[in-house]
Amino acid sequence: MNTAETAAAKDWPGVRLHVVTGKGGTGKTTVAGALAIALASRASARRPTAPAGPRRTPRVLLVEVEGRQGLAQLFDAPPLPYEERLIATVPGGGEVWALVIDPEQALLEYLDMFYKLGPAAKALKRFGAIDFATTVAPGIRDVLLTGKTCEAVRRRAQEEGRTFHYDAVVMDAPPTGRITPFLNVNSEVSGLARMGPIHNQADAVMRVLTSAQTAVHFVTLLEEMPVQETLDGIAGLRDAGLPVGGIMVNQARDVVLTDVQLKRAAGEGVDRAELAAGLADTGLDRPAIVDALAVLATEHARRVLLELEQREALSGCEAPLYELPLLTDGVDRVGLDRLATALRTQGAA
Amino acid sequence: MSNETVSRFDLDTLLDDRGTRIIVCCGSGGVGKTTTAAAFALRAAERGRDVVVLTIDPARRLAQSLGLTELDNTPRPVAGIDGSAGGRLHAMMLDMKRTFDDIVVEHADAGRAEQILSNPFYQSLSASFAGTQEYMAMEKLGQLHARGEWDLIVVDTPPSRSALDFLDAPNRLGSFLDGRFIRVLSAPAKVGGFGAFKLLASGVSLVTGALGKLLGSGLLADVQAFVNALDTMFGGFRDRADATYQLLQAKGTSFVVVASPEADALREASFFARRLAEEKMPLAGLVLNRVHPQLTDLTAERSLAAAEQLDVPNPTSAQALAGGLLRLHAERVELSRRESRLAGRFAASHPGIRMLRLPAQAEDVHDLEGLRAVTDAAGPAAA
Repeated sequence: MNTAETAAAKDWPGVRLHVVTGKGGTGKTTVAGALAIALASRASARRPTAPAGPRRTPRVLLVEVEGRQGLAQLFDAPPLPYEERLIATVPGGGEVWALVIDPEQALLEYLDMFYKLGPAAKALKRFGAIDFATTVAPGIRDVLLTGKTCEAVRRRAQEEGRTFHYDAVVMDAPPTGRITPFLNVNSEVSGLARMGPIHNQADAVMRVLTSAQTAVHFVTLLEEMPVQETLDGIAGLRDAGLPVGGIMVNQARDVVLTDVQLKRAAGEGVDRAELAAGLADTGLDRPAIVDALAVLATEHARRVLLELEQREALSGCEAPLYELPLLTDGVDRVGLDRLATALRTQGAA
Repeated sequence: MSNETVSRFDLDTLLDDRGTRIIVCCGSGGVGKTTTAAAFALRAAERGRDVVVLTIDPARRLAQSLGLTELDNTPRPVAGIDGSAGGRLHAMMLDMKRTFDDIVVEHADAGRAEQILSNPFYQSLSASFAGTQEYMAMEKLGQLHARGEWDLIVVDTPPSRSALDFLDAPNRLGSFLDGRFIRVLSAPAKVGGFGAFKLLASGVSLVTGALGKLLGSGLLADVQAFVNALDTMFGGFRDRADATYQLLQAKGTSFVVVASPEADALREASFFARRLAEEKMPLAGLVLNRVHPQLTDLTAERSLAAAEQLDVPNPTSAQALAGGLLRLHAERVELSRRESRLAGRFAASHPGIRMLRLPAQAEDVHDLEGLRAVTDAAGPAAA
């Protein structure tokens, strides 16, 4: 196992900010969680370069920006405050931390950092100015969310033996339809805030987001609409000069039929006599069961052929594909670990 | 299943009832709201109703099959429906920016409208404010209703993560537009003078000063210009939002909550059902979309045991075919059980909410035939 791990070329060297997007319902948050676990495990599998140096605990931050407490639910934790909290550990000591960024508090924190506003901060709150700046001017809200994330990416370590506080940051980002404007804060904000610190902050954020330190991954199902959105999303990112990462194909199905059987099942249906003969030894060759299995075979075959088509469409966009199994038992830590292992063995982390 | 205690939501009774004038399909993103709304509208039309369906963001091919080749913000007749029962179907896709522009044009004189439409702050607000889409969906619903040309309006809701956004966002935009802060911003000339006003004036300059520092003064100038130009429309926005909200509470309006049989989607559906009850908005039922019914009573364990018995090296043999399908069947049974458990949990915490299960389709829905299959698959009891 160890050799396989070191042999697997990891596809994203130098990437420290993994942005995970996807259409609603594709499992974006789940995959972001699995990727964080995978990254925390990867770091722990590597030996510290300096043999005599202190053993460093790999540390990954998982960031939520939509305020839905999806991470808390994913890790079965109580609702998370606007504060970095340890949410999971992996064998080998790797840590996954979580942060739910609240734009209003991020703005206040930000104001505090740059100005000593004192009573003005209160006045801002009283007049609903904070609401105004965070809820209403969407570009500004996005700058605050990405700005806080980039701060975590760049944060220097306090302890010896490591350069950065976090080895990697994974962001559970807004859905595919909104990802380019969300990340392309510069152009969003430049129309609104033409100068001032928000504008400068946007420039700083863009430097991180457009650098080789960042990769934007897309989670999709092999269905028409999520695939279409993924292709549109990738084109949008490329137009904006933002770095496209990999495509995580979620809930990928095993194929249980041969090519010939697939074609037949999708068309006229499986050969029922053959199916009944195959079942004979088990005593299950009853008409009701043969019927049910024939229906399943047709559904399966049609789905598989459709998935092939979609996979074809995805392969045209020159981003690596990773396949994640369907978790039939629901999503829990065991399931997340399974997905994390799948990501690691395929080289995504 | 045999021990089913959930009462079934009877779709055709809802669609056939001439008293049903508006059906709002809600639910969190990715659960199939658009397809469900389109399928319900088509079924209603083919059962004799005169229907218009307002979709928000349909898949390209589905949009094409509904004749929605261009986004022109107007209902277009859908060709290819079975009109033998005397029904018609119109469909439209919401153009949020254009709907907003239309309101501005309608409510302001030409010069002022021009001023508003070209204001950078307005452009940002109308294209991307986090509640604009919801607000405009409501606005469009109000307009379609006011036209009185259809006897049933089916509305899809924007693909937000939370179903509640549809109810909350219009209010958020409304209260922003005539909120305190924006009024303070727009009226610096009116304050000043005596006592408390002086205090307020100094508060305002403190606030605008701080915001100016933060955002750059250009943005504030844009906002002030926008607000001043919009002055005559103030209250108008709030009134319109309120009127549409009342329409949602009116007799003849029914909500349908769409959820996929997954924990997250059902949790959202649960919040939404409670909220509807609080707002006295009638919930027709829950559509449990893309369920995987169990096809026989063969258990997963028995399937897997039989599949193991059939394990043979030759993949083209009859045994391999049977074994592969038995494994598939075992997976299906597990999935079906899990979905039933989730549905049961929802039903237990919401007694009295009717449920309609729509089985998953093997292929993506992108034509009228596919839409018919969605509701037909609910089984004869739906009819």
